[in-house]
Amino acid sequence: MNTTTKYAAAALAATLGVTVLAGCGSDGDPAGSGASKGSGSKTVTLVSHDSFNVSDKVLKAFTKETGYRVKTLKSGDAGAALNQEILTKGSPRGDVFFGVDNTLLSRALDNGLFTPYEAKGLDRVARDTQQDEKHRVTPVDTGDICVNYDKKFFADKKLAPPKTFEDLLKPAYKNLLVTENAASSSPGLGFLLGTIASEGEDGYEAYWKKLEANGVKVVDGWEQAYNEEFSGSAGGKKTGADRPLVVSYASSPPVEVLYADPQPKEAPTGVATGTCFRQTEYAGLLTGAKNEAGGKALLDFLISKTFQEDMPLNMFVNPVVKDAELPELFTKFGEQIATPPTVAPEKITANREQWIQSWQSLVLK
Amino acid sequence: MAVPAAFFVVFFAYPVTAIVGRGIKTEDGWQFGRIGEVLGRPDILDVLWFTTWQALASTALTLLIALPGAYVFARFAFPGKQVLRAVVTVPFVLPTVVVGTAFLAVLGRGGLLDELGGVRLDTTVWAILLAHVFFNYAVVVRTVGGLWSQLDPRQEEAARVLGAGRFAAFRRVTLPALAPAVAAAALMVFLFTFTSFGVVQILGGPAYSTLEVEVYRQTAQLLDLPTAAVLTLVQFTAVGAILAVHAVTVRRRERALKLVDPARTSRRPRGAGQWALLGGVLLTALLLILLPLGVLVERSFGGADGPGGYGFGYYRALRSAGSGASSTFLVPPLEAVGNSLRYALAATLIALVVGGLAAAALTRRAGRLVRGFDALLMLPLGVSAVTVGFGFLITLDEPPLDLRTSWILVPLAQALVGVPFVVRTMLPVLRAVDERLREAAAVLGASPWRAWREVDLPLVRRAVLVAAGFAFAVSLGEFGATVFIARPDNPTLPVAVARLLGRSGELNYGQAMALSTILMLVCAVSLLLLERIRTDRSGEF
Repeated sequence: MNTTTKYAAAALAATLGVTVLAGCGSDGDPAGSGASKGSGSKTVTLVSHDSFNVSDKVLKAFTKETGYRVKTLKSGDAGAALNQEILTKGSPRGDVFFGVDNTLLSRALDNGLFTPYEAKGLDRVARDTQQDEKHRVTPVDTGDICVNYDKKFFADKKLAPPKTFEDLLKPAYKNLLVTENAASSSPGLGFLLGTIASEGEDGYEAYWKKLEANGVKVVDGWEQAYNEEFSGSAGGKKTGADRPLVVSYASSPPVEVLYADPQPKEAPTGVATGTCFRQTEYAGLLTGAKNEAGGKALLDFLISKTFQEDMPLNMFVNPVVKDAELPELFTKFGEQIATPPTVAPEKITANREQWIQSWQSLVLK
Repeated sequence: MAVPAAFFVVFFAYPVTAIVGRGIKTEDGWQFGRIGEVLGRPDILDVLWFTTWQALASTALTLLIALPGAYVFARFAFPGKQVLRAVVTVPFVLPTVVVGTAFLAVLGRGGLLDELGGVRLDTTVWAILLAHVFFNYAVVVRTVGGLWSQLDPRQEEAARVLGAGRFAAFRRVTLPALAPAVAAAALMVFLFTFTSFGVVQILGGPAYSTLEVEVYRQTAQLLDLPTAAVLTLVQFTAVGAILAVHAVTVRRRERALKLVDPARTSRRPRGAGQWALLGGVLLTALLLILLPLGVLVERSFGGADGPGGYGFGYYRALRSAGSGASSTFLVPPLEAVGNSLRYALAATLIALVVGGLAAAALTRRAGRLVRGFDALLMLPLGVSAVTVGFGFLITLDEPPLDLRTSWILVPLAQALVGVPFVVRTMLPVLRAVDERLREAAAVLGASPWRAWREVDLPLVRRAVLVAAGFAFAVSLGEFGATVFIARPDNPTLPVAVARLLGRSGELNYGQAMALSTILMLVCAVSLLLLERIRTDRSGEF
């Protein structure tokens, strides 16, 4: 066996050598740890979820301005990415975390994930998005989860589309709505929280009982709800979907236009403006960051006009600073939602489990 | 033996133990009382029950449908066989998000069955079972068929000459020789379906939940580590028990077989019965595998040139990162192909080295310890990707092993899933090599390494290639662990597809279909190449 082991070791070394070679040139990153080294490092690492996106030229502008190169790490959806940060608290994988929203904010703060830092230019950021006086997190964007409707369906039926949560209970809209599982999908949870904000903690269960009686359909995730069940989406048209109401985002209609070929004159879908729940996404400086100075510069940059104006078309969210202009696509095809009722982050953290459980027993069993 | 053992301790045992430990260890020591608490919950019991029975049903159905396929692939020569063998393996490596979409297109509303007969199977258990068969057909065809094609048909013929009926000859000669491979395949299928995640989520709807789905929810969404830890232990125990039973049955039946060149064993079908069998198998493959894949391909060409038209519009869109503002990626989605291939290549090499050495060590030695190791190697298949991913996170964070942000972590995690395949495909063949050949070589002065190279390797080359194909394909389609492991923005194909499907808009949907089609093609071509390579019987790799 001795010779075998020796050969084995050689083979393993060779394998690892080959893999290192294979890895080079993939992203210009040296193999091994990519974490920023030392405070004088010229790399700042941003940890985020899979939906994070930014234009290349905007990142280049940041590097030109500050001298820091940004490295982005993505790991799973918003919940999973945050929970990984909580697990590695104290020895983080990066310097800044982006993508904790108001439904998860308290969990992050209670775990002491972030170091306070007041970003430059915070005075331009909408007041109602700033949830933490200690500035442990900085608001970066907002997005609204609302019911979308298929314009063609309601025009053909000569039926007015619903506008509010109450409207959804009307017999005229029986068996038309599809939503997502609140336990596993963030728009699903947002919609549930929206009903709690509008109907109250005592009234939401009665509301869902009526909604259930009115034939709401629940599927697991947004992709299936939107692309398979919703008659207004490009995917849904292909499958002959028969639900003209879906829980999605206020930015979905402009996106529908953006990715249609050829571009239509108006969006094929609309937004029921009284059925919204606002998600605010935050970024923060991770406690134990190796490159604090770089992390602070990056946080400043996230609320700069440059980044804020680039964001809408990359992540389909709204800017939080007053001086950022929305792209034409949003102003022309989208709906601007007035601030909807909301639920405080600490309340969400305290009751989330119980709310989801009771919701599940109402609609899934 | 040392290398695979070290690999498993560092990249599997240690991370998983650490994450489970976080859940059931507090300042006051281990809290085993929690196990009883969690298992007493009715919702958890429901999950356990559903997980078990759907896995059993899926396995039975898969064997029923795929064993005739294994026979046909092993014994008959027909045009297009190699291509078809590669094609039936494609589903196995497709990310579930793609398969879910394809199956909904066939079984769901407005799907083919709906249009033809008003039948809708989505959100039923049938959809889950059929998708499981679709995924695992190749496992049976390749593991059982691989060995079957190397069994000498003359042994069965000899039995017939001596007066045994056709069935008796099969039962006494071929079946015992095949049993280990069938058991191995059944075990694999059971493991996969027992730990099924995406299929259950997409096709079953929110009403069905398996253990794996629950572990993911408790870990990734709720950060309820105690519950997740208990469920992980339950899954571990179940998988461990299955493996133990399997190890016993296989060992009882294994013996040296006379293996021959597969080219000599297959011939054209003769007589109406055999042609009918071939036709039946081809039809099954067509309906079950090619149809869903075909729907994907059809959709990837659709819609680009006006309604109802066909064109390459979606494929063209893949080449650009989007015109500045409208990009879903920093890089053109097409680059994901390169990323995927690089990762898969690295993962395959690691899996082959680790798995090959493990298989060699296992054939060479007997004893309790080694037997335990055999079962241990299979465990990664029974542990949820999120557990492994999160385990990496809290263990591989110190030099020299601070790999948390390194790209090598992705192939390592993929290799973890690939190794069991390598071992499973190589072991039956390696064990079947007659020991006396090795002894003869040793007597003639060959070192163990040399004996292995001269005796075993030529005989197992085919198994090695099949194993490599599996490992490669598994890495290509691996989605679970890849998603959780932090990676600089160079998405693999499945991640890119999922990301495109997560956006509204026709162009994104179409690009997702186009990318899935490319993924299928890449897999099919890689597998086809492997089928070809093995004609070279003299040279080294």
